[in-house]
Amino acid sequence: MIRRLMLAVAVAALPLAVLATDARRDAILADYAAKSRAADPSAPAFSAQRGETLFRTKWTGGDPRTASCTACHTADPRVPGQNAKTGRPIEPVAVSVNPKRFTDPATVEKQFTRDCRSVLGRDCTPFEKGNYITFMAGQ
Amino acid sequence: MRPLTPTLALLAALLLLASPASAGNDWMPPVRDATVQKECGTCHMAFQPGFLPARSWTHLMGSLADHFGEDASLPDDKIAIIRAYLTANAGDVVNQGRAARYMQWVAPGGTPQRITENPDFLRKHHFADSVWKDPKVVTKSNCAACHSGAERGLYK
Ligand code: HEC
Ligand code: HEC
Ligand code: HEC
Repeated sequence: MIRRLMLAVAVAALPLAVLATDARRDAILADYAAKSRAADPSAPAFSAQRGETLFRTKWTGGDPRTASCTACHTADPRVPGQNAKTGRPIEPVAVSVNPKRFTDPATVEKQFTRDCRSVLGRDCTPFEKGNYITFMAGQ
Repeated sequence: MRPLTPTLALLAALLLLASPASAGNDWMPPVRDATVQKECGTCHMAFQPGFLPARSWTHLMGSLADHFGEDASLPDDKIAIIRAYLTANAGDVVNQGRAARYMQWVAPGGTPQRITENPDFLRKHHFADSVWKDPKVVTKSNCAACHSGAERGLYK
């Protein structure tokens, strides 16, 4: 009950724009959760820790220039990154410093497809995508 | 952002010095289409269509699944919008100022895929290896690393 009240107060204090982007991100997460359960009914809830592991792991199946997500997004999601292939700067991916992150479903899907193939050499599963966004939403 | 390294700072100064009044003739019309900006400006800047002939853009838009080793595939409706914009504003269509100078070097019927291989580009970019290996540059096609006005078509 108290938690509910506190939440209500916090929500009332948030600017509307942030609320709207949070709602869009939540919808994307809900979609990945549904797909994840469809693939595996016993799939656990998304975890930031699993997302962080996906983010930091050095994979071997992809492009050697991009062994991990950090190759372009840097080890600290709160700072600007740089595309390892083209040199183009990339805005921070942590939601705390860049609230518009993970709010457009088509962009999110397109980038997951490109970036997972580049880093892991395969598509990420809905479970992995949900974990990744959960991690970044807490950063 | 990290500060400019000394070599790059020097290049930036060189660029400032090398700017006589003839800017009008040297301006390269920037990309004004939102779809092109978004879809072709994610991995690198959205290159101005005036640097390549229409044939090149048509070929490029027909081979996005193997785009310089990248899979840059897009849905067909987006491809159609982008192809229409790039070919309508291509170098051989604009055919004046800097675009015309780049087109002089394109063989009749030729379909170059890189701006950075045009002789007009090459003769202005004879730099030491250390410049190209600068971590802020990474590759020749990273125009904006050295030309702060690149997105606006300003290369002076
Ligand atoms: C080759 C460089 C590169 C690598 C490596 C990379 N990314 Fe990205 N990522 C980008 C670029 C470029 C963008 C789009 C530009 C932007 O959103 O600022 C992006 C954006 C994203 C987005 C969309 C964010 C949004 O706001 O909707 C997601 C999701 C994403 N990346 C996930 C990943 C994951 C997961 C990995 C590791 C498996 C990864 N990226 C590795 C370059 C990279
Ligand atoms: C998934 C990332 C990605 C996307 C999206 C993308 N490109 Fe590229 N593009 C690259 C890479 C990587 C290169 C090679 C860069 C290099 O070698 O310097 C490149 C190179 C180019 C070049 C040649 C640059 C030179 O060296 O002169 C052109 C022209 C080009 N892209 C046009 C486009 C157009 C038009 C679009 C939109 C339809 C697009 N690109 C979308 C990744 C991408
Ligand atoms: C490493 C830094 C660097 C990169 C990367 C770079 N340039 Fe340049 N560029 C320069 C410098 C320095 C000059 C001035 C050279 C001179 O005056 O002789 C120049 C000159 C030019 C000129 C001629 C300007 C004039 O005086 O008429 C054009 C056009 C140009 N660059 C376009 C590009 C484009 C397009 C790209 C990306 C595809 C690019 N440059 C990438 C450093 C760079």
